[in-house]
Amino acid sequence: MAPPRDRRPGFSRRAQYGVFFGYILAIAGGVVGAVLLALSLLNPVAFSTARATIAEVTAPVSSAVAVAVDGVSGIPDAIASWFDVHDKNAALVAQLARARPALVAGHLAQLENARLRRLLAVRDLQPSVIVTARIVSTSATSTRRYGLLNAGTWQGVREGQPVQGPEGLVGRVLEAGPNTARVLLLTDPQSIVPVRRLRDGLPALAAGRGDGLVDIRVIDTDDAHFKAGDVFVSSGSGGIFGPGVLVARALRGGAETAIAKPFARPDAFDLVTVRGVYAPPPLPAPAPTPGAAPSPSPAASAIP
Amino acid sequence: MASAPPFREPMPLGSARLLPWATVMIGSLLTILPFGATLSLLPPFGLLALLSWRLLAPFAIRRWAPAFLGLFDDLVSGQPVGSAMLLWTLAYFLVGALEARSGLRDFWQNWVIAALAIAVALAGGRLAATPLGAHVDVALGVQVILSILLFPAVAFLIARVDARRGR
Repeated sequence: MAPPRDRRPGFSRRAQYGVFFGYILAIAGGVVGAVLLALSLLNPVAFSTARATIAEVTAPVSSAVAVAVDGVSGIPDAIASWFDVHDKNAALVAQLARARPALVAGHLAQLENARLRRLLAVRDLQPSVIVTARIVSTSATSTRRYGLLNAGTWQGVREGQPVQGPEGLVGRVLEAGPNTARVLLLTDPQSIVPVRRLRDGLPALAAGRGDGLVDIRVIDTDDAHFKAGDVFVSSGSGGIFGPGVLVARALRGGAETAIAKPFARPDAFDLVTVRGVYAPPPLPAPAPTPGAAPSPSPAASAIP
Repeated sequence: MASAPPFREPMPLGSARLLPWATVMIGSLLTILPFGATLSLLPPFGLLALLSWRLLAPFAIRRWAPAFLGLFDDLVSGQPVGSAMLLWTLAYFLVGALEARSGLRDFWQNWVIAALAIAVALAGGRLAATPLGAHVDVALGVQVILSILLFPAVAFLIARVDARRGR
């Protein structure tokens, strides 16, 4: 097709001014965009109100579509599960019988652990579950990794709270609207989670890479010798993520950094729980010791 | 459509003006579908629709409109606000500049122009949103290729909508 001749619309003044002001407006729009971009790069939570307003409308649609898709895609699984129901039943019974001693041992260890903790007067702080909700959509076109949660401030969700799924840590709340919240996922390039190695408690940081994996970086200067298969859990330092939540498993070894795969995969997000912000338990106040500290008394010094 | 009446009344002017905007916004809203995306591979359908309109029906969306449509896209896509406002306007001007030098165009030349604009807009969005050290470039390349390959399909749909609009 021929290019349109819209730059010289003829002798009509009106049409010429229309083209002129169209260009002026377009350039102004681009300049306003550049200014807004600079503002939102300086202050990433700017415009969160506008985003939350639109998310309030889109999140119910996403939820409804997700429910419909789950319902339809669950039908083949539901049918397939009937075919080997007897074999699966036998296998599960055998597995249960094998697992019973381990279960008893675990229960005994749990009891003993609780007793020892009582003896030591360890002050535990269990962040409470604030709400269980669903991640209804993710930022599928953007290189940032966000999820949209269908619960917000009306359900008690606040900015900064950790989000975890059944498999492990998912991320933390970045912005909370009335009924929706944006979650910064673990794999976002700007997400950093303090972790420790499960094997020996070595402290490290899990920094998102943006490609669905995280980089494990050692904090101390000495060699960490990460090995493939090392499991990392959140350490609780920094005071956002509670300790002991599964984060990632190393794919390859390395001296100072290792690439690891998070346990919670965005394509398998179902229900997630929002927890309260973890704050380390405060140190006990020093007990006053009467008479221990000698203090010069003015009355005594007045006596000659 | 064989069943369509041959002498149909054209669409009312208001609807005919709003329809292109609506298609672009629907394209932007495809991100709210419940994809659990590990990587950013979904093509930016709003941008594809905008470029299709620009190349197939140049007067359907005015020159100043990409800024507003880009603002809407920023608010739903998770990119920093302002990036699509700026980049979509730049892409629109880029298409105009290439168009002014191209003379008579066929489908293939349209595709090449759109591919350039898509690559520029997606690379600009990556630079605006993500730190340089992030490992997103392979995924970005795949997203650019997917978007370019999907452009003819979007252009086909837009051409059908445009035919219904009845100018």
